[in-house]
Amino acid sequence: MSRLVLMQGNEACVEGAIACGMRFFAGYPITPSTEIAEYCALRLPMVKGHFIQMEDEIASMAAVIGASVAGVKSMTATSGPGFSLKQENIGYASAAEIPCVIVNAQRSGPSTGLPTSPSQGDVMQSRWGTHGDHPIIVLSPSSVSETYTLIIRAFNLSEKYRTPVIFLMDEMVGHLREGIEIPEHIEIVNRKVIKGGQSQHMPYRIPDGECAPVFAPFGEGDRYNITGLIHDESGFPTNSHIEANRMITRLMRKIEDNVDDIVATEERYTEDADIAVLCYGGTTRSVLEAIDEARSKGIRVGMFRPITLWPFPEKELFKLSGKIKKLIVAEHNYGQIVLEAERVVKNNCSLKFTGKVDGTLISPAEILRAIEED
Amino acid sequence: MASQLVEKYMRTEHLPHIWCPGCGNGVIMHAVVRAIDKLELDKNKVCIVSGIGCSSRAAGYLDFNTIHTTHGRALAFATGIKLAKPELEVVVIAGDGDIAAIGGNHLIHAARRNVGMTVVVINNNIYGMTGGQYSPATPAGEFGTTAPYGNIDRPFDIAALAAGAGASFTARGTVYNPAQITSCIQKGILHKGFSLIECISVCPVYYGRKNKKGSVIDMIKWQRDNSIPVEKAGKLPPEELKGKIVTGVLSQATYPEYTEEYAKIIEKVSGGINYEQA
Ligand SMILES: Cc1ncc(C[n+]2csc(CCOP(=O)(O)OP(=O)(O)O)c2C)c(N)n1
Ligand code: SF4
Repeated sequence: MSRLVLMQGNEACVEGAIACGMRFFAGYPITPSTEIAEYCALRLPMVKGHFIQMEDEIASMAAVIGASVAGVKSMTATSGPGFSLKQENIGYASAAEIPCVIVNAQRSGPSTGLPTSPSQGDVMQSRWGTHGDHPIIVLSPSSVSETYTLIIRAFNLSEKYRTPVIFLMDEMVGHLREGIEIPEHIEIVNRKVIKGGQSQHMPYRIPDGECAPVFAPFGEGDRYNITGLIHDESGFPTNSHIEANRMITRLMRKIEDNVDDIVATEERYTEDADIAVLCYGGTTRSVLEAIDEARSKGIRVGMFRPITLWPFPEKELFKLSGKIKKLIVAEHNYGQIVLEAERVVKNNCSLKFTGKVDGTLISPAEILRAIEED
Repeated sequence: MASQLVEKYMRTEHLPHIWCPGCGNGVIMHAVVRAIDKLELDKNKVCIVSGIGCSSRAAGYLDFNTIHTTHGRALAFATGIKLAKPELEVVVIAGDGDIAAIGGNHLIHAARRNVGMTVVVINNNIYGMTGGQYSPATPAGEFGTTAPYGNIDRPFDIAALAAGAGASFTARGTVYNPAQITSCIQKGILHKGFSLIECISVCPVYYGRKNKKGSVIDMIKWQRDNSIPVEKAGKLPPEELKGKIVTGVLSQATYPEYTEEYAKIIEKVSGGINYEQA
């Protein structure tokens, strides 16, 4: 039987992660993500896992990759400036195909910004923060209960595709406390491995029918090399242009070819809608309230919510844009995902942006105004 | 013997290595292999972690679980590996720039925590990989491509830095005396906790040329003539130790090892509330 508990978003993130087998956390305190580290410190040893507070975010990200290489599902959590520090090693995990989950509870502003205020200003950084062409998956939860279930999906995708997954929370959801139902059954995906030295020192050779490498964790008899340099199937560095092209193309296509499996969206009241509001994360609450209000006034408006921010749900938004007259993009920044929406929607419908950078929440009234304006 | 070791411990398909003729990296890599062989460690349980630099390329040539990480971060990666799987024998190989410049913060903290690992620092007093810029181990007054008028930075004593930060075992050797390096690495591996072996190497191509140190032979002879065993050094006044390389086991202490301490916490609380079954 499922059970009902009161939880904070950050706590739900930890409990969901532990439920799907996360047993290693390395982090460095930063508002508004700190509770995640604190819960992990408390909870992980109870389930025979390990928590470590490293000397900085760079080290935290490195330790997480190390633990994953040793076969343990691993996570780190941070906000704003700390997310910037993790970027080099996130790229490493992407290139070396090491599963791991990076939580970013976004806070407001560039640099040290407004540490305790909400924002969704890291949407583009979550996609392009590390250097070079690389694959990444970014998920965004909009409630405490979705935080619990979606962090499990973050691990599942990370394990399946052997790629870092960014769990892009925001202060609103991270610090929200609400009653959630802990599901009785959850689906858990673990990375596929071939045991006992069978990769014959070819860890990056992808067996037929697989979407990612299947090398066993360190210490289990399969002695191979991992590097962040461009490498061939043996995991050894190479300067070959052919190998470089092959490796990067394979990494990108690992995600591209599987968007239907990876992309998740939510639509509400869109069947009859003339107008749709695109939103994600903590902004969703204000949007839903505004929609209720507008509907009570007879305006046919719906909501489109990318749960997977990256890869961006192109197909789903394109389809919707053909059915509506106006799309409003509401996000807590100066305009980030709106650029993707513009690219996808083209001239199918008109497009309007409602953003905010002053550290206060976008209110339902502001969204309602955007809905009612021409 | 050497060729047997090559067959047993090297990924021969990836040889020859990328290092310049006369580079000290090969000598030190050999010493690592010899120490592991003498200790008869299980190859499947040995994990070599390196950063970025000429020296860090050693990891790829060795037939263990090997990971070549990002510049300066090897110790942080190694900490994650060791904590996740304490039964692994973790050996880190890093250059002086890697460990003491960009990785300096990780060095002092890994030493302080006393995580069980053996760190082999290949100190060639220069940034080799990027072409001869000064490092935190370049002596004051010497030259690098970024110190065309002479280096005005004061260098770190890397072994002393680690000891000061709490490393429970530190040692130093030179490529002039590979047997000593081997023995220090062996002791470092056997030591429980964080051990660091500073291996004074040679980069004839950049450090040697920039500083007119002569041939590789000249550089190695200089090491021979300027090394003082730690036992003897203890009896000499500080003036006589200036510019000298003090070799041997420099410090050793017993502190609680990190993963063992964490295991105690797990033992204490894992019997407690089990939310998963609650
Ligand atoms: C973040 C980052 N900064 C800079 C570099 C460029 N870089 C590569 S190796 C290196 C220095 C290597 O010097 P050292 O660690 O002493 O090793 P050596 O090559 O001398 O063995 C530098 C600066 C890099 N790879 N990554
Ligand atoms: S540049 Fe120097 S350290 Fe690098 S391989 Fe050549 S001799 Fe060795």
